[in-house]
Amino acid sequence: MSAPGKFRFVSADRRVREDRRFVAGKGRFVADIVPAGTKHVALVHCPHPAARIVSIDKAAALAMPGVAYVLDGAELAGATNPLAMGLDTPNVARWPLASDVARYSGEWVAAVVADTRALAEDAAEAVQIEYEPLPFVLDGEEAYRPGSPLVHQAHGSNVLLDRTFVWGEVERDFAASPHTLKHRVTWGRSSTVPIETFGVTASWDPWREMLDIWASIQMPKYPDQTAMALKLPMSSVRVHYDVDVGGSYGVKRGIKHTVLVGYLSRRLGVPVRLIEDRMENMRGGDMHGPERNFDVEVAFDDQGVIRSMKMRALDNVGAYAGRSPFQLGKPIGAIVGPYKIKSVAYQAIAVVTNKTVQEAVRAFGQAPTNYAIERTIDEVANRLGLDRLEVRRRNLIRHEEFPYLIPSGSTYDSGDYHVVIDKVLAHAGYGDLIAERDRLRGQGMLAGIGIAACLEPSGGNSSFEPLLNPKVGTTTWMDSCRISIDLVGSITATMHTTSAGQGHETMVGTVVGEVLEVDPERVRVVRADSLNSLPSNSPVGSRMAIMLGGAAFHAANKLKDKLIAIAAHELGMPVERIAYKDGNAFDTAAPDKKRTWVELVTIAHRHIHRLPVGMEPGLSVSHIMPVPTGGALPTADGRVQMYPCFSFEFHLVLIAIDPDLGKPQIKRYVVGHDCGTVINPKIVRGMTIGGIAHGIGAALYEEFAYSNDGLLMTQSFMDYLLPSSHEVPPVEIVHHETPSPHTVFGQKGSGESGYLGAPAVIASAVNDAVRPLGIVVNSLPIKVAQLGDMIAAARDNKKGN
Amino acid sequence: MKPAPFEYSRPASLDEACALLKADDSARLIAGGQTLVPLMAMRLARPTRLIDIARLPGLAYIHEQGGEIAIGAITKQHVVESDPLVRAKLPLLAMAMPHVGHTATRARGTVGGSLANADSAAEIVLVAATLGATLRWRDGGEARDIAAADFFVGPMVTALPQTACLVEARFPAWSEPHVGVGFHEINARASDFAFVSAAAQVALDAEGRCTRAAIGIGAATAIPLRLDGVAQSLHGARFDESKVRDAVKAALAGIEPMADLHASAAYRRRVAATLAVRAIGDAFRAAARRS
Amino acid sequence: MKVELDINNEKHAVEVEPRMSLLDCLRDKLLLNGAHAGCEHGVCGACTVLIDGAAVRSCLMFAVQADGYAITTIEGLSPGPGELSPIQDAFCETHGMQCGYCTPAMILAAHALLSKNSQPTRDEIVEAISGNICRCTGYAQIVEAIALAAERMRGQNIKTGQP
Repeated sequence: MSAPGKFRFVSADRRVREDRRFVAGKGRFVADIVPAGTKHVALVHCPHPAARIVSIDKAAALAMPGVAYVLDGAELAGATNPLAMGLDTPNVARWPLASDVARYSGEWVAAVVADTRALAEDAAEAVQIEYEPLPFVLDGEEAYRPGSPLVHQAHGSNVLLDRTFVWGEVERDFAASPHTLKHRVTWGRSSTVPIETFGVTASWDPWREMLDIWASIQMPKYPDQTAMALKLPMSSVRVHYDVDVGGSYGVKRGIKHTVLVGYLSRRLGVPVRLIEDRMENMRGGDMHGPERNFDVEVAFDDQGVIRSMKMRALDNVGAYAGRSPFQLGKPIGAIVGPYKIKSVAYQAIAVVTNKTVQEAVRAFGQAPTNYAIERTIDEVANRLGLDRLEVRRRNLIRHEEFPYLIPSGSTYDSGDYHVVIDKVLAHAGYGDLIAERDRLRGQGMLAGIGIAACLEPSGGNSSFEPLLNPKVGTTTWMDSCRISIDLVGSITATMHTTSAGQGHETMVGTVVGEVLEVDPERVRVVRADSLNSLPSNSPVGSRMAIMLGGAAFHAANKLKDKLIAIAAHELGMPVERIAYKDGNAFDTAAPDKKRTWVELVTIAHRHIHRLPVGMEPGLSVSHIMPVPTGGALPTADGRVQMYPCFSFEFHLVLIAIDPDLGKPQIKRYVVGHDCGTVINPKIVRGMTIGGIAHGIGAALYEEFAYSNDGLLMTQSFMDYLLPSSHEVPPVEIVHHETPSPHTVFGQKGSGESGYLGAPAVIASAVNDAVRPLGIVVNSLPIKVAQLGDMIAAARDNKKGN
Repeated sequence: MKPAPFEYSRPASLDEACALLKADDSARLIAGGQTLVPLMAMRLARPTRLIDIARLPGLAYIHEQGGEIAIGAITKQHVVESDPLVRAKLPLLAMAMPHVGHTATRARGTVGGSLANADSAAEIVLVAATLGATLRWRDGGEARDIAAADFFVGPMVTALPQTACLVEARFPAWSEPHVGVGFHEINARASDFAFVSAAAQVALDAEGRCTRAAIGIGAATAIPLRLDGVAQSLHGARFDESKVRDAVKAALAGIEPMADLHASAAYRRRVAATLAVRAIGDAFRAAARRS
Repeated sequence: MKVELDINNEKHAVEVEPRMSLLDCLRDKLLLNGAHAGCEHGVCGACTVLIDGAAVRSCLMFAVQADGYAITTIEGLSPGPGELSPIQDAFCETHGMQCGYCTPAMILAAHALLSKNSQPTRDEIVEAISGNICRCTGYAQIVEAIALAAERMRGQNIKTGQP
């Protein structure tokens, strides 16, 4: 635990500097940036789940007013490289536009460029496309079976990934256990669906040979993937990071959009932009999340101590590969959750189907996996007639057991799980909560208490890449910070990626202020573009507090060391005798012997003759930080340190369901949260509750549902239901801090944990509520009418008996 | 999601509006536009001309006349929501109004627009059907009154002639001393269109016996359903939940409820009964409190 | 068509196609970029502006329909350059946002509420913003911001008044 007052600005309840521009309507989002002469793209999409494109007649569209161009897939594929893929699956090639075969309803087939978006939409309707419908497959299990329609003929099957890892003596542990239990749980297809759709503007300058890009992007390796697809040197692609991103939570990775408008801008010699409209975003924006079946089998003893687990996860990734299969890889870094399961067999299967393409979603596959683990723990308790809390306590890693190595090769850094749980139970008044549940039951309601723990692996690294694709040797994902003190003493820190509401400018200012002992408000934070930036990998994997915070810390310390060195030289004493306080450096033995901030800055910038011999003039430093604990390739049996830090959350809810209606209502939501040292309490609180709101959506409301004929039925916000203020209850947060030994302040990640636990805890509560009726609810989302129908059927059965 | 091109007219009078409608088969009236504009954005509606009647003089009012509350067609929903006359004389409408869309859509959406759109899941439509409102339209120089029961003819289809403009809805105000109402709807989120809704209004005598009742079910079927048989069966009776439940279930046994992504037909039938019983119970209790 | 719009107490004459939404007109013609497109079909609320003081979706209104009303956008709320209204300041105090995309609309919805109701309950605040979807925050710090703004404005006897 960090002592109170240990830091001056870190952990203080300070305002978030980004907020000022947003409350004034002065954010700078991609749709706000319109270079002169910009033309607008609208898309023609395939209305079939699978179809051969027989012909495209552009004549009528080209004849319409204001239309500059109609691009088809054949031209684009001829001029660009296929988009990058995560796995080694070269025959699942993907371009922004379908050229021969379209593989999902909503896939882009042609792009119309016109003077305004409305004119482009008019012309898009006039593009005549003849299709020959092909056999299709929607269900992941069906796609996995031999003989099902092939989404990509050239690949020869629908399976992108099918690998089984065995870590430890799984069969021996199963044989030695008195009990086993096997069940299937299902995570439905939903996503984070930011309110800002994806947008990108590209502007090619043929005289400078430069492609300028402004995008609503959150994506590692975005400039290089863009350059490679467009066959440009990376030094001819300039991505501007000073664009505010209107929400992302993983999905803003419009690489296909970017390659499309990049190509069009070069082809037409004008700036071209594509701002998805909502229906394009939903059906063809390629931002759906995991759709996953888990078959989980566990072996356990009479006390409910789980000795081994076999998990088969089959993910329906949609029609193309992208990075999404890696979402089966990241959970390997916390495959046993916060529990001491000694051996694990994990079969990870990614299949293609004729659905919209999947993209990275908050927690990158960990939320579904955590849901599967937690559902399983509940069922173990149920099988043995034990208390669900007690079973968790028996299996949780104990505080004194950290650092703790899990079978799949990650070592958890720190944790205090039992204490967090006890604090939550004390805060909630667990006995009273049970009494309240029973009171509701007495009134005829179905009421249930939900319990779920979760780990948030944080510090986002790339270890799942070499693990699932041996051709990739990427072993770290660095992040960077550059800090300059100018010749009048102002401080400017530079970050090298976009943000989507995580408050990174505030964090960098806080960290630099902390180290240099200056008011963070005096630290200007700016964003580079991709050509003058240091390596960065964007805000993924709950990494920025650890990685950008770490880089800012180290860079600021380098600056502080330099100031001390200058003072030591000035005062003619060793640096060890110099102390630094509030920007001034002085002799520890005689504090009146000192050099002030202004003096030090003046010496560094102007009085070069006073600098120590060999010291670079000026005050400008950089730090490029690798992921702590990263840097190694996986072992042959698939063990690797995935992420460095592991935050912990414990969720506790009370849900009541009117049995006649089937509508779950969250009566109480308490969460214990431990992400180590909190850098900004306002930000961490918002992330936590916001993640819970996302999880409530995934658990109860949101689904990309398809009709049997392969059409996406939830293309608008009329049918894809996002939680409103009515649906998110007040959330009580119980705070705990177990610092990480791997980070500069003890901080861990906090961007994903709400989303990791909320679906699991709601499923837990609903099951507790309906268990008296003999119902088990093992798929998400749990929709009102479906639950109502299940309850009605169960009641009819009871009457019948 | 930009609408297809159209012409825009803002007539100064009803006559002019009707003439514009007559001149173009594909013209549409727009008042609040809260339902029409989304359809246009998706290009599911493609009017060639919008005839804007949102500010036509003399069509926004709420007043009492001859035992009825007359509401002008372009009266904004948020005006109805907070209107004292509506609260006093049309408690069922007052109870339903907060369920109509959101605050921001009620600020533009109109009573007439909702009725003319005739969505069975729309609360105003259900109240009009339940209470037996009378709707008035103007077709050129001709005005005509029509019962709500005859107005709503199919899924989002009305008897309104293509060239006519809905001008007024008159809701009967019950004069009995002990009137109570109940309204329930179920949806996934609080502000969505209902999967099923139920409305009930009852009048009781001094002994708590029903003298008059009106019961309606919305969203279960393509047009709102009035349970007149159930209402009849309540006459002279106090509230007996199990009897009411049996009557409602019997009345709903023969309907063919809609099924969609969000709710099955079985759900709609079953929950329609549940909500109707609750609404009737609420109405009885509320009426009794007024005794 | 030509239309004259009264926006933030200034008259603007603009030439628009009838099909141009008020939202697109504000953004594309007048460069008032604080209103945002989220769904363009009237569900998410990101495009909210005030029409005669009431929160309204500017994606569901055509610019040609908007003459003669007092239109207030987020740009009209700041008392001066770099200055914040009490509601804007309260949103900063509680961090009632993350990405900022829904924020101007939320603040306008809050403004409409507080101009009618100086002492809203939590339920009234929740209802007033229920037509504005926020994907970042889970709403808690937004609700707190509005309650804080109400409290401060009562304390200082500030009225939002008619814009």
